[in-house]
Amino acid sequence: MLFLIIKRILLGLITLFIVSLITFVGTEILPGDACTTYLERQAFGEQLEACYRRLGLNVPAYERYVSWAIGAIQGDFGYSLSGEMPIKEVLGPRIKNSLVLASAAIFIGIPIALILGIITALWRDKLPDVAISTVTIFAMTIPEFISATLLILIIAIWLEWLPGIVIVPTDVSFFELLPNIILPVIAIAMIMTAHMARMVRSSVIQVMASEYVQMAILKGVPYWKMVFTHVLPNALLPAINVVALTIAWLLGGVVVTEVVFNYPGLGRLVIESISNRDLPTVQALAIILASIYVSINLLADLMTLMLNPRLKTLQIRK
Amino acid sequence: MKLDNIYQEEKKSNFTKVSEIIITMASRPSGFIGLSILIFHVILAFISPYIAPYDFKAINPTLMLQAPSAEYWFGTDDLGRDVFTRTILGGRTALTITFFGSLIALLWGGLLGIFCGLVGGKTDDIVMRIVDAFLSIPWILAMLLIVSLLGTSTEVLIPALGFFYGKGIVRVARAATHDVIAKDFIVSARARGHSNFSIIWYEIIPNVRDAILVEGAMRWSWMLLGFSSLSFLGFGVSPPTPDWGLMISNARGLMSFAYWSVIAPIVGLSSLIIGINLTADAFAKALGIDRSTKAPV
Repeated sequence: MLFLIIKRILLGLITLFIVSLITFVGTEILPGDACTTYLERQAFGEQLEACYRRLGLNVPAYERYVSWAIGAIQGDFGYSLSGEMPIKEVLGPRIKNSLVLASAAIFIGIPIALILGIITALWRDKLPDVAISTVTIFAMTIPEFISATLLILIIAIWLEWLPGIVIVPTDVSFFELLPNIILPVIAIAMIMTAHMARMVRSSVIQVMASEYVQMAILKGVPYWKMVFTHVLPNALLPAINVVALTIAWLLGGVVVTEVVFNYPGLGRLVIESISNRDLPTVQALAIILASIYVSINLLADLMTLMLNPRLKTLQIRK
Repeated sequence: MKLDNIYQEEKKSNFTKVSEIIITMASRPSGFIGLSILIFHVILAFISPYIAPYDFKAINPTLMLQAPSAEYWFGTDDLGRDVFTRTILGGRTALTITFFGSLIALLWGGLLGIFCGLVGGKTDDIVMRIVDAFLSIPWILAMLLIVSLLGTSTEVLIPALGFFYGKGIVRVARAATHDVIAKDFIVSARARGHSNFSIIWYEIIPNVRDAILVEGAMRWSWMLLGFSSLSFLGFGVSPPTPDWGLMISNARGLMSFAYWSVIAPIVGLSSLIIGINLTADAFAKALGIDRSTKAPV
């Protein structure tokens, strides 16, 4: 058990190490570097040399990687290019804003997804299932930027209920942010909920067809008691992992949604730093987003491990 | 009697097999809708240059933001270009790029996955670690990096999308290979002294083909989503190419008084993605593959 947990954590760390290598190499081979972009036409002679020295770009790439990695482990990502301020300070409020957005979407989305998934599975192929499933297919296939644009068009422009674009400074307090995030949260939660509801549905259907549920029916266990004691615990366990993977995958959608709503989070920073060729920030973002992905998956693995007595003694599947 | 049946099964030509699968797909309502939408879009992509009423890049300042009329069916955009023309042409780039992108993804992802599954051991471990690492970088960040590194021409976008969306196929192909690898016919092929190449080509591929094809069909719809998101963010095809993602991002700022120029591309893009998605789902069901519990990684 302990061995399994340690193994999962080690694998996660190795993954992060490879991600850091990939992003470092990836940003390293981008044409031009931080200094030529920053200085633009003055990028020659003494000024360029000075800039290289200031940003530490005059040493070989592998030395830079090592010093960068040591800093990154301590949470110090160096200086951003455009603002000339520590990346840590740029990232802090952005991470907070994105976390508010994502966790609001998750907390709204998971219960709704559970309820919808269970309803559609229990009334399989009946009217509630057909209706809800049709809606979820639409919600999960339409790109985030389309659903977000439609939300703005209908709710903000035609009905004029809520502001369509978030116009707040980056380091805004939580309560000032609240009315602004309703539409972005709906946009993200919609697609997230649809994905999760589909998975819960098929998971419940699988368990309903199993022999022990048939047995419970034959024994005469009341329907709802059977659903809550026999079906749900067994159906939701495998769904945890898939839900975690989905949440991690949807991080990309959060980026797009933030751009549509002009929301001051990590996503807009991704776009800004890539268009500005702000490579130190891009590296920091890549490592942070990958860490979020890895830790969500790790958490899901550990939860499954804790909740599933069978896995305590066995090897994790794979 | 039983032997006769087996004999008949083998005599079926590829054409009959394919048409049988398509008939099975179309026999469910969702599959029928998906297939019709997809076929409609493909036909439209082929004939749209010949039926487009106006030039897609003809700018006409006197016709800015006209509401839909008999002359301009979907109105005009902020540069006076005909929205109907641009909408029916808008799927061509997206369909071409993502179709060839998925083919590339299928090829390299499938072959690498089969190879890893067959060889196993250290090679397999190392490749899978790298694939996992690539999977944990959010797709949007990776695609933006690739595009800003290499530019946004078609020759870059196709292999970039193909590479990036192929890594998930590696896992599926590897898992499918693991399922067949312990079967008797592989063991006997090894005993007969077949090479790895011959085992892959004659024994494994026919058995894992369905699983990989279904995965590839699903990737197609995700790739289309990724591609149009890139266009929307301004990192995809460059203007004045008519492209739905680009059209939506251009018309978005003006939609409070010219909603038509944003609705038309939205309908085009959503219907195509839903069509591909339903088709892929029906395809999976027709081949008897359950992928409903899979995460969209």
